[in-house]
Amino acid sequence: MRRIVLLFLATLATVVLLFGYRTSTSSTMPSTVAVAAPAAAAAPSTGTPSAGTPSTGTPAAGTTASTRWGPVQVQLTVAGKKITAVDVVQYPNGNGRDQEINSYAIPTLVQETLSAQSANIDMVSGATVTSDGYLTSLQSALDKAGIA
Amino acid sequence: MGMPVSLALRGRHADDTAAWEQVLAELRHVDAVFSTYRPESVISRLGRGEITEDECPPEVHEVLALARRAERASGGAFSAWRDGALDPSGVVKGWAVERAAAPLSALADTDFCLSAGGDMVCRGLEQPWRIGIEDPHDHTRVLATLDVRVGAVATSGTSRRGQHIADARTGRPPTAVASVTVVAGRLTWADIDATAAYAQGADAAAWLGHRVGRTGLVVWADGSTTTVGGTAP
Repeated sequence: MRRIVLLFLATLATVVLLFGYRTSTSSTMPSTVAVAAPAAAAAPSTGTPSAGTPSTGTPAAGTTASTRWGPVQVQLTVAGKKITAVDVVQYPNGNGRDQEINSYAIPTLVQETLSAQSANIDMVSGATVTSDGYLTSLQSALDKAGIA
Repeated sequence: MGMPVSLALRGRHADDTAAWEQVLAELRHVDAVFSTYRPESVISRLGRGEITEDECPPEVHEVLALARRAERASGGAFSAWRDGALDPSGVVKGWAVERAAAPLSALADTDFCLSAGGDMVCRGLEQPWRIGIEDPHDHTRVLATLDVRVGAVATSGTSRRGQHIADARTGRPPTAVASVTVVAGRLTWADIDATAAYAQGADAAAWLGHRVGRTGLVVWADGSTTTVGGTAP
């Protein structure tokens, strides 16, 4: 059993459409283990900036360190004598662990642009869709197909 | 201006409408707190200086901290403070949908894909969700596909709302890039990075390539593409 649900989240008013339909998908236990999602890129900020203003402090790129997977460089943001942020600005791009992290979902270009149905797609990612744009969008077509 | 939200469920609790109601309740709550279109929202009152950040609920602190990190990480191209006005919308959307998906994560033996305006949180344990990346030059076509088990996908571009993203350093919209799609573990960062990369125009792919744990696709204004994170063919 599978269901597609839609909502137009206007600022306040909402319209909810509920569609249910059957597919051949079984409801058995998952047979594979998920690839772990990578953590966020950088250490959390410890700064205490005031309201309505951008972060203060001067970012300074650190020296590039060699690791077994390749070069890593971090950027420190310092306000006064306090480190307010640590961001990773360069990370290895060769083989090794970074590939494990990155290769779990890499977009594959289709040879010739496909329609959604022929590509067997569940959802469509596109630039911010509004209710106007949605009506003619691929996602709309997929959701309607779910009613059948 | 509305935003369509689509949910696909499969597995044991595919009919669980209670979880969906929780998703909607969370989205409405976030909308009430962060909407810049509502003069009475917390974020509007903060922007007018009627309240201080200390008086705001914890989620406002969280979002503003994210906005500051995004601004730093993008070298200032991404900013929630434009012309002195506070508008963290670029941070809120992905963050809100990620939060709203929490009740779905609690459903045992159930896969879900929750999409809000083209940005989505996926869990496909039994089988991955197949996501299509829309062609920014032809919305009826898909340019690329990817299979996502656990993760998030977000796309930024101008294709539907016109030029709504500008480089905060210049105030001008980028012209070299048509859309940026980012795949990450969390939608909060997929969304932020898609917007931040897009704002950097011609530097979009190079910048995204240095972000840890991200893959993606940059579609340029001339229709060519750059895949980020994959090994070169």
